[in-house]
Amino acid sequence: MSDALLELRDVSVTFSSRRGTVRAVDGVSLDVRPGEVLALVGESGCGKTTLIRSILGLEPLAGGTILVEGKPVNQRQRTLRDLRRRVQMIFQDPTGALNPRHSIYDAVAEGIRIHGIEGNEPALVADALSRAGLRPAERYMARYPHEVSGGQRQRVLIAGAIALDPQLLLADEPVASLDASIRGEILALLRDLVEEQGLAIVAVTHDLGLAWNIADRIAVMYLGRIVEVGRAEEVLAAPQHPYTRALLSVVPEMERVEQQILTGETPDPSRIPAGCRFHPRCPLVASGEAERLGILGRCTGVDVELVQRGDAHWSACHALP
Amino acid sequence: MSLLELRDLHITYRSERGDVPAVRGVDLTIDPGETIGLAGESGCGKSTIAGAVLRLLPKETLIEGQVLLDGEDVYQMRPGELRAVRWTSAAIVFQGALHALNPVQRVGKQIAEAILLHSTQSKKAAQDRVGDLLERVGLPANRARSYPHQLSGGQRQRVLIALALACEPKLLIADEPTTALDVMVQAQVLELLAELQRDRGLGLLFITHDLSVLTSTCERLAVMYAGRIVEDGPSHDVFGTPEHPYSAALTRAFPTIGDHASRMRPSGLAGDPPNPANLPSGCPFHPRCDRAVDDCSVADIELRPLGIGRHAACIHIPTSGGDDGE
Repeated sequence: MSDALLELRDVSVTFSSRRGTVRAVDGVSLDVRPGEVLALVGESGCGKTTLIRSILGLEPLAGGTILVEGKPVNQRQRTLRDLRRRVQMIFQDPTGALNPRHSIYDAVAEGIRIHGIEGNEPALVADALSRAGLRPAERYMARYPHEVSGGQRQRVLIAGAIALDPQLLLADEPVASLDASIRGEILALLRDLVEEQGLAIVAVTHDLGLAWNIADRIAVMYLGRIVEVGRAEEVLAAPQHPYTRALLSVVPEMERVEQQILTGETPDPSRIPAGCRFHPRCPLVASGEAERLGILGRCTGVDVELVQRGDAHWSACHALP
Repeated sequence: MSLLELRDLHITYRSERGDVPAVRGVDLTIDPGETIGLAGESGCGKSTIAGAVLRLLPKETLIEGQVLLDGEDVYQMRPGELRAVRWTSAAIVFQGALHALNPVQRVGKQIAEAILLHSTQSKKAAQDRVGDLLERVGLPANRARSYPHQLSGGQRQRVLIALALACEPKLLIADEPTTALDVMVQAQVLELLAELQRDRGLGLLFITHDLSVLTSTCERLAVMYAGRIVEDGPSHDVFGTPEHPYSAALTRAFPTIGDHASRMRPSGLAGDPPNPANLPSGCPFHPRCDRAVDDCSVADIELRPLGIGRHAACIHIPTSGGDDGE
């Protein structure tokens, strides 16, 4: 386990609201190795964004530990600053994440200044821009965000992140707001950064096509828990958890499988169901299959843990052998 | 008679910095019960077409060609006639359901308003109908008493669909109706649209950049680039064997899970969509095209027939290909 770049051990993040405690992340354990892309997949409200924010120290933990290169992430100012050089984040909406009154040069140089990175600043900025595919870099430096396209803005954000030579990049829906043709270009850039520079990426997404395109492993989250994790090919070709199977069945191209459209909205993390938290929407319960298997009582009454079922493939379901 | 017919439609926005041709000659027909997907990227003119059908574009916009709704030219209608066809002949579901609803009015009241404006029904009858409409889109009738912020994104999108159906339109224009939604909620909304189309013979014009969504929802597909349709035909043919290099690139952008050609090889299209105010010469796609030849920068290629009900506008498609079959 010591070769992991990022280790999450039983991590929980809670919020208090008028309706009580919201368990946004409810006991997640995960490892990410250097040079690996992990896709964290799930619906809105499943806790995936909260989880990656907690890796940056943006959410205090209610329980568990997060280790980056073996060092715990905590709320102390000095360690946080050091952490945020090694772990960088890019967001879904590049337009909102860039200051419209800062030139592209300044946007990229900001992190270099904050972290006091040694070296020639213009050279570092130029290098980061060209590694992010904005070449020749000199042509972009003096421009402002509104003068470049959406895809180029996302590249500027990526340049700002990689200028600090981080080991880990957290990407929150990195291509969801981009046009179809640009999407592939940005994903290709992320994959290149992994292969050429040994970066690790945790990409939060609800897009399984993205996972197929760039991820080594996939972790599927439901209501604050990981319900299935494994190598991308295996999870997508032979999904074990009924939730993963349902998610996969509604991908528009997947016409050979019968769609399992889960009814209802994404459930509410302030009211996590008893038993398996997925049981109120589970197709196995709804179809009577769980009852036939004689496990209905466990589905509705007994919480379920991840169990290893296959090589590095884990899933949490009472119906699985 | 066709529900909607666009004849050589040109739409030019007027701005201080000059004219911007957003749509440059589009022909399109939708028959009752037919579903057509209009695909393309930001700025290709697809949403402009949606706005043009119900005359929702800025007043100074230059519209040339014809927009026929049920055979009648929308741009020749008097204001009263126009009000009568909006919502009753054709209705639009916009993207971003949060912004399309009034935040300080209960959703039921917003739907009832549309009904009362377009019919002589009593308030009570309108309220009953609101309940029916909400149930039809899969929401409990008592949701009528909710304010938009009390609903989730998927529920709000359903409210917008209920609103669009309030006056029993024959044509529904859906502009990126699922773009902001989660996959599971997207699947619910797509299923609802398919059901409405099946059960009520609704014509559907579905606009999005997501070719995979269109293919699973629509019979026919038209791919737009720089204000023109560059390829059209039956969805599965266009998605399965795209002939225009731009359609091919869009298709590759949505990988098929399990297809090893795309595993670890995301595919995009270099360059950015063109600026409509300053289009490249010849075929406007040529600067981004991997099959471009010298002539592409001078020859502006029109749609060429390509087998039954299929067309594409590319220099590589032989002109003598002949029979259209139409």
